[in-house]
Amino acid sequence: MTAAPLDVRALRKTYGELVAVDDVTLSVAAGDVYGYLGPNGAGKTTSLRMMLGLIRPTGGEVRLFGQDPNADPVAALAGVAGFVEEPAFYPYLSGRRNLEMMATLDGGDGGRIDELLHVVDLAHRAGDRVRGYSHGMRQRLGIAAALLRSPRLLLLDEPTTGLDPAGMRDMRGMVKRLAGEGITILLSTHLMSEVEQLCNRLAIIQLGRIRYEGTLAELLARSDGRYRLEATDPGRAADVCRVIAGITDVTLQDGSVWFAADADAAASVSVHLAEAGIGVRALVPSGRGLEELFFEITEGGEE
Amino acid sequence: MTGRAYGWELRRLAAQKRTYLGLGAAAVAPIVLVVAIKVRPPQATDPGSPFFLRFAVESGLAVPLLMLLFASVWLFPLVAALVAGDIVAAEDGNRTLKTILTRSAGRSAIFAAKVGAAFTYVLAALLLMVIASIVAGGVASGFDPLPTFSTVVSPSRALLLIAGSFAVYSLPALGIAAIAVLLSTVSRNSAGAVVGTLLAALLMQLTQIIPVLDSDAAQRWMLTAQLQAWQALFRTPLDWGPVVHAAYISLVYAVPALVVAWAHFLRRDVAG
Repeated sequence: MTAAPLDVRALRKTYGELVAVDDVTLSVAAGDVYGYLGPNGAGKTTSLRMMLGLIRPTGGEVRLFGQDPNADPVAALAGVAGFVEEPAFYPYLSGRRNLEMMATLDGGDGGRIDELLHVVDLAHRAGDRVRGYSHGMRQRLGIAAALLRSPRLLLLDEPTTGLDPAGMRDMRGMVKRLAGEGITILLSTHLMSEVEQLCNRLAIIQLGRIRYEGTLAELLARSDGRYRLEATDPGRAADVCRVIAGITDVTLQDGSVWFAADADAAASVSVHLAEAGIGVRALVPSGRGLEELFFEITEGGEE
Repeated sequence: MTGRAYGWELRRLAAQKRTYLGLGAAAVAPIVLVVAIKVRPPQATDPGSPFFLRFAVESGLAVPLLMLLFASVWLFPLVAALVAGDIVAAEDGNRTLKTILTRSAGRSAIFAAKVGAAFTYVLAALLLMVIASIVAGGVASGFDPLPTFSTVVSPSRALLLIAGSFAVYSLPALGIAAIAVLLSTVSRNSAGAVVGTLLAALLMQLTQIIPVLDSDAAQRWMLTAQLQAWQALFRTPLDWGPVVHAAYISLVYAVPALVVAWAHFLRRDVAG
């Protein structure tokens, strides 16, 4: 059986009294685009540093394709690439020279550098010193440096942070393309739209702890079965709904009635309201998006 | 893997300005010394002048020895610290440690490469200083026989002794570089490591004027005092005692410094 690209068990990191990462367990399967979602300061970057062997866990373990990056980082990182926080390069060297230096450390000849500079759209600035690169250009150079290792697993820490809208679109397009090429990706981000657009699975982390781990589809399915009703008399409409079999969780908010129901119970609402002399202006399914679910999970304390 | 990392580190040093600053200082200092000697020639009979200074007008081959003497005070410790004190701290300053430690070279290989490159630079700077001194001295005063503490040696014998002096001088010089690497690794601050190394070298030399510490017994344990050990080569009969002692003391300083630095580098969290 082939080991999972990334397997994290009970990972913990403390700095004195401060618990930065607490009992994080997750698994990234081959082919996943895995979202690691959490607010700033949630422990995402610390987790990624431990996954890459840059900092030692206080407890727990990380396995990259079955290998421990703290015991044997070179073997564990074979086939793995990525960056944490902003990718960093030698500012006094050109983008191309930096990639050549990285290729030397990897034992390669840098034969793919030209190709990769084109992939990340930096070919025209490859000879310029990195000191003069914008934030977005450094992010793209970081992707090129990672791809130089021909990775099977890519760990990206907030790759779109600080980019303008066009830069974000391009970066997301690139991630999508790389995933399409079969690279497993762990994408750390605080942007929910990014996870919705790119990821099939995700973990939500808050205050160092995992609050949700599973598929995006499973999470979004939690929002199914919610409806919003607009009626000529909302107060009475809510009372009518409360006594219909199969309808639960009826609330009145801002002149609308919200309730949970299966499809048959929802269909009977208009009949019951008509019998009560209440007109129906609108009855629409109203699923909650990832953002709403995220706040429900992180602020509701779900685990 | 270490060889590959060593080549990478040398290329990195070759791209840094401060590398050339140190090498430039090592190459220019002998020229300045020769010009100063030309402008104000020393008196061969002046007992207050350093021994080789008295004969710098007679033979240009005295210039490299004078340079070894003068550079010991602060110039060479500074030249060594300039790159060795920056070698690890620069990665912290540029935040590139996380970049290089996630490639295909382990921490020990990276550390060994950095120590190797720092030592290579120190030897290159020293060699450059000696060669520049020989050329500048020869052009200014000719390659004449060189007076030593006991006799006068032929130019070819003098060149051999200069080569030996370079080898002996390089031992404590590498010891100073090892201290610089330790400070660079632990402090993670390039300027702090450079200044700290220079300060350590100067403090060791200042002990020569501190009662009790100025005794021969105390000075034997000072790393900077070993920068004078090469002078034993210019006595007849040749006394290897100071040379062997210099090698021993250099190891006493360098090995613990490098072991502590390596252990720190191996275990540290790269969080910046």
